[in-house]
Amino acid sequence: MLRILRQIARVGTITEELGPSDAFEQTGRELEAAIRKRFAGSLAIRAVDAGSCNGCELEIHATNNAYYDIERFGVHFTASPRFADMLLVTGPVSVNMKTALEMTFDATPDPKLVVAIGDCAANCGVFGRDNYAIAGAVSDIIPVDVVIHGCPPTPTDIIRGILAAIEGRA
Amino acid sequence: MRHLANTWFAERLGDRGIRTTYLEDHHPAHMPCLEIIRHDWLHAAEEARRLEMRLVAVWAAEAGRHDQDQGRKHGLYAYMAFAHPEHRHALLRTPLAADHPVLPSIAGEYIAASRMERHMTDMFGITIEGSPDARAWIRHEHWPAEAHPLRGNFDARTPLPANPDGGDYPYVQSTSHGVYEIPVGPVHAGIIEPGHFRFLAVGEQILNMEERLGYVHKGIERAMQGRDATGGAKLAARISGDSAIAHAWAFSQACEYAADIEPPRRASFIRGILCERERIANHIGDIGAICNDAAFAFMHMQMQRLREDMARLHQELFGHRLLFDTIVPGGVSVDPDAAQLARLKAQTGAIAAEVERLRSIYADHPSIQERVIGSGTVSIDDARDIGLLGFAGRASGDYPDERIEEAYPPYDEFDVGIARGRLGDVATRVWVRFEEIADSARLIAEMIEGMPEGAIRAAWQAPEPGVSGFAAIEGWRGEIAAWVRFGEAGRIDRYFVRDPSVINWLGLELAVREVPVPDFPLNNKSFNCSYSGNDL
Ligand code: SF4
Repeated sequence: MLRILRQIARVGTITEELGPSDAFEQTGRELEAAIRKRFAGSLAIRAVDAGSCNGCELEIHATNNAYYDIERFGVHFTASPRFADMLLVTGPVSVNMKTALEMTFDATPDPKLVVAIGDCAANCGVFGRDNYAIAGAVSDIIPVDVVIHGCPPTPTDIIRGILAAIEGRA
Repeated sequence: MRHLANTWFAERLGDRGIRTTYLEDHHPAHMPCLEIIRHDWLHAAEEARRLEMRLVAVWAAEAGRHDQDQGRKHGLYAYMAFAHPEHRHALLRTPLAADHPVLPSIAGEYIAASRMERHMTDMFGITIEGSPDARAWIRHEHWPAEAHPLRGNFDARTPLPANPDGGDYPYVQSTSHGVYEIPVGPVHAGIIEPGHFRFLAVGEQILNMEERLGYVHKGIERAMQGRDATGGAKLAARISGDSAIAHAWAFSQACEYAADIEPPRRASFIRGILCERERIANHIGDIGAICNDAAFAFMHMQMQRLREDMARLHQELFGHRLLFDTIVPGGVSVDPDAAQLARLKAQTGAIAAEVERLRSIYADHPSIQERVIGSGTVSIDDARDIGLLGFAGRASGDYPDERIEEAYPPYDEFDVGIARGRLGDVATRVWVRFEEIADSARLIAEMIEGMPEGAIRAAWQAPEPGVSGFAAIEGWRGEIAAWVRFGEAGRIDRYFVRDPSVINWLGLELAVREVPVPDFPLNNKSFNCSYSGNDL
């Protein structure tokens, strides 16, 4: 136990100020001020991989590390769409994941936000639209509020994009 | 890059009366491709088994340019590849009729062939005779009946329409009293890839866990067709993002063999450094995640911190946190200078030292040790049976490592240490990963010290149409086997790749029998197989 405490003391607090990012764009729906207010302070996210190469997942994971510490913004990841406020969707939507993505969207209570993470989620990326196995970009399947570009986007881009979705501005 | 032809397997087959024809348009010669008649397909697999060769992969391809030029009338070929620790890789191929292709199953000899054979049925409509499992695999129930995406006449450019009458997937079931089912996925509870696990459990114990994968099938094999080598490498890096280096390397090396191009020594050293960095980063991340699944969050936070440090230096030195697009056909795209290499070496050493410190905390922490020791055992016999790869194989007492067996550059100049595990449980898989972090750090230091001067990229020159190449690269999960064939104008006309996950997913199924359900997550993390790499 002592060694754990010593290690924690040695590392100290490494959490940083969040850097700037312009890798995202707000799309579609205008958010109601009331929704924004309701989410302020606490937002539960359900991450859905709809066909990613898992690179985007690594960077979503990184938002939880001590440098970025996304939880300090009141944002946390949850195990079920039933108590999620936001879906974070990665990947081009594969034909084999389309139904699961739609069901997850339907299982998420209103009001809900959708953030599409990565070039694949934005426009099918390197896998392409003219592909028998790809149903489309995320916005072809479910309504999307914010798109975050990058292959994969950095943790800073992801957190900035999520915050933009909550605040309703790009 | 002149290699002696490897005739060992051809001679052994000859002793058994199996005639082989050496294919001149396949490279490299030390991993030859031999043509046999279809009648000998199963015999050849039996012989490989008798010779204690490991099954590398089974796949199919439509006939290429050469085959048409030479007036061969077959439309389709089946391939299988085996590896022997001393005598290395050999490929066999046999022609199949284009109209009603039929092939005998080799799953009786090599059970790991089964899912790959199912993949061949799904993609090409090949009938596998005597298959122990005739269910579709990548083709999900909603696919239209006659869709075989890798056949030339298939419309690959429009998304598959849904077929509502596909029925349900027949999972393994039990009618025993007291056995209940737990369906999990495809959308999982964590931030992970999608797939379905069907547990049959009694009380707390798992009786059987069955995987249903294919959810992230992105048509990668088809999307490779028509790309040039540069475009192909870009896609290869995204087959499984956590193995971007290993996959891009396997792809590039298969292309380089086919084109008879040798990357400069400096490029090989840089590739080696990047690949070992990728190995360290993933092992670090997974050890943290395993501990997290046993509620040892401290270790997780520490490991994620180290992984982030690595990603940041990658961004700075190589322009990408996960090292995407740094390996290109012919070499590498980035050339770190001496000062940058010194930083890379210093950071690698510092991280390895931190990991050692954390390792002693992990080893002394009873609450995590209780969970990992003895959990999820894969015996050596089972490991050999399925050909378990990489650190998972090494944890069970089977030690295939292409850095040693294939010894491709730069590993021909270095001694790779093998962590010789035996018990095959979660604790040993973690132990092997700790050992590999230390060994990779040592290798990186040696590679940086011995870094040759010179170019980082040989000019790419596509091979003649019809020429194929094969490569086996030891990524952090284990061997990635890649086979590429070129068509007209330097365009790829077929790419087959077998991610180690295709084999190691079977290891997870074996490991979790009789494991309590709550220990499944840490077992799963201890393998951390790729879904995307499996589903393609
Ligand atoms: S955007 Fe890039 S990292 Fe993300 S899933 Fe697509 S290919 Fe992978």
